[in-house]
Amino acid sequence: MSAEKEPLFSSKNIKLLTGPLNDSNPITVQVLGICSALAVTVKVKPAFVMALSVLVVMAVSNVVISLLRKTVPPRIRIIVQLVVIAAMVILVDQVLKAFLYDISKQLSVFVGLIITNCIIMGRLEAFALSNKPWQSFLDGVGNAAGYGVILIIVAFFRELLGSGTVWGFKVIPESVYDFGYENNGLMILPPMALIVVGVIIWVQRAKNKKLVESN
Amino acid sequence: MKSLRRYIDKVKPHFEKGGKFEILESTFEAFETFLFVSDKVTSKGTHVRDANDMKRTMAIVVLAVVPTVLFGMWNVGYHHFMATGQEGTLLECFWLGFLRVFPIIVVSYVVGLGIEFAFAQHRGHAVNEGFLVSGILIPLIIPVDTPLWMVAVATAFAVIIGKEVFGGTGMNIMNPALTARAFLFFAYPSFMSGNAVWTHGMIAGEGIIDSYSGATPLAEAAAGHMANLPSVAEMFIGTIPGSIGETSTLAILIGAAILLITGVGSARIIISTFVGGLAMGLLLNIFAVNVFMELPAYQHLLLGGFAFGAVFMATDPVSASQTPKGKIIYGFLIGFLAVLIRVINPAYPEGVMLAILLMNVFAPLIDHYVIEGNIKKRLKRAKVKA
Repeated sequence: MSAEKEPLFSSKNIKLLTGPLNDSNPITVQVLGICSALAVTVKVKPAFVMALSVLVVMAVSNVVISLLRKTVPPRIRIIVQLVVIAAMVILVDQVLKAFLYDISKQLSVFVGLIITNCIIMGRLEAFALSNKPWQSFLDGVGNAAGYGVILIIVAFFRELLGSGTVWGFKVIPESVYDFGYENNGLMILPPMALIVVGVIIWVQRAKNKKLVESN
Repeated sequence: MKSLRRYIDKVKPHFEKGGKFEILESTFEAFETFLFVSDKVTSKGTHVRDANDMKRTMAIVVLAVVPTVLFGMWNVGYHHFMATGQEGTLLECFWLGFLRVFPIIVVSYVVGLGIEFAFAQHRGHAVNEGFLVSGILIPLIIPVDTPLWMVAVATAFAVIIGKEVFGGTGMNIMNPALTARAFLFFAYPSFMSGNAVWTHGMIAGEGIIDSYSGATPLAEAAAGHMANLPSVAEMFIGTIPGSIGETSTLAILIGAAILLITGVGSARIIISTFVGGLAMGLLLNIFAVNVFMELPAYQHLLLGGFAFGAVFMATDPVSASQTPKGKIIYGFLIGFLAVLIRVINPAYPEGVMLAILLMNVFAPLIDHYVIEGNIKKRLKRAKVKA
């Protein structure tokens, strides 16, 4: 244990929080958690709730595993991680069912499937198991935010172009439809989510040159 | 000709490095090589030499498509007059069709080439000529009343997502024209399927003759209305409703002849696609449980976009298999799957598009195994000798 105390928001800690938003984004750079990004991004609202759920699950389980990191025998660490995540997922699922029933129905099985989200397992393995609780908490929040931001961007474009609405509100005026505009049915289908994610990756790499692989 | 050449040589320095319009170099180069055979020669590596370059090859494909374009324009007018109960002369039919089809062709070329030029400028490439063909194929495979902005969006999607993200002409996995059609098919189904979309004016409610349904023969067959099917001769000549350029098997065969005589299209692919379609048709005839499955196998080759797909889409040299044996497998499976999807899956009446796109994806895999097989065979021979 180091004698001097690190400030809560040292530059290193801030980096834990902001890194996943761009340079090491879980979806666009590490390409994890794609399945749920395809499934829940038809509308912005469910995508937002999903992002929030993942944020809660990830932050709490990161902290819990970080607290347990010295007591868990390495051999059974995966199963312990799973138990912690599963407990959190069930909690979140019950809360959603109690207070946001409609959205919980839209998200259906994908809330339960947060447990299989590679980002969460990945962060527990790679970060929480070897870092202190506060840093783990920041790392969890940062990664979940990086995941959530992409989710909401994808959902924004899919809902806008696919249904003409954002967050359930009509944004494309009726007069445009009278002019001959049609909603794009392909945007509602999952393949388009993949293409939108691909375009986001394209744009991000065009801006952020250090992400471009050399080959 | 000479004066044109002189003019080009005169303005050329402006576009070269250090010139006034340096930034437009690749645009200039594209036009110059379009008009005259390029004077640049390769200096490194091994090359197959041919008097024909890519621009000339593409021009032949465009030439081969011309009969279907002309017939398609006439057919648009013919069906419009039939649906509205008017009499139209040959020229009137053609003129009406021309007025409907020409804007679609213009939009397709302007959007597609615009994006191609923009990418070429941005990346410092020479402009590739691949879109010359895609630009004419896209209008031919969509219904005549597709709104122009949809054509523009689909073309942009096909060129950017279908082609440029993979590195431009020669790198695309899937046929760009079919990518555009698939995009339209899934994005705006109400404009791409049904009975009203195939005839100009029917969506707007101009079809006043009750006996005229506007359904394509394929749709009639899929619905089991065999009595409504046009005669084989009509289907062959193409006086049936359908996408703009795909109805006339006759015009398509003229195009096929041009492609085969000049050696631009692969005879292996075209023939094996037809054989594949026939094989599946016969197979379905044997196990027929409904009237659509009983449809004589050869009629499948006349229905829908089968012939058009086999001749102009499957033979796209970029997205097809490259090895001779691979081409046969590739073509056969396209025909086979096209008829299978068409008959067995009622949700997708146009199986040809989906079959070709699917096999585009599998083409490299087919090539891989053909080459592996060849290597194994030769290794075996080498061992026996040693």
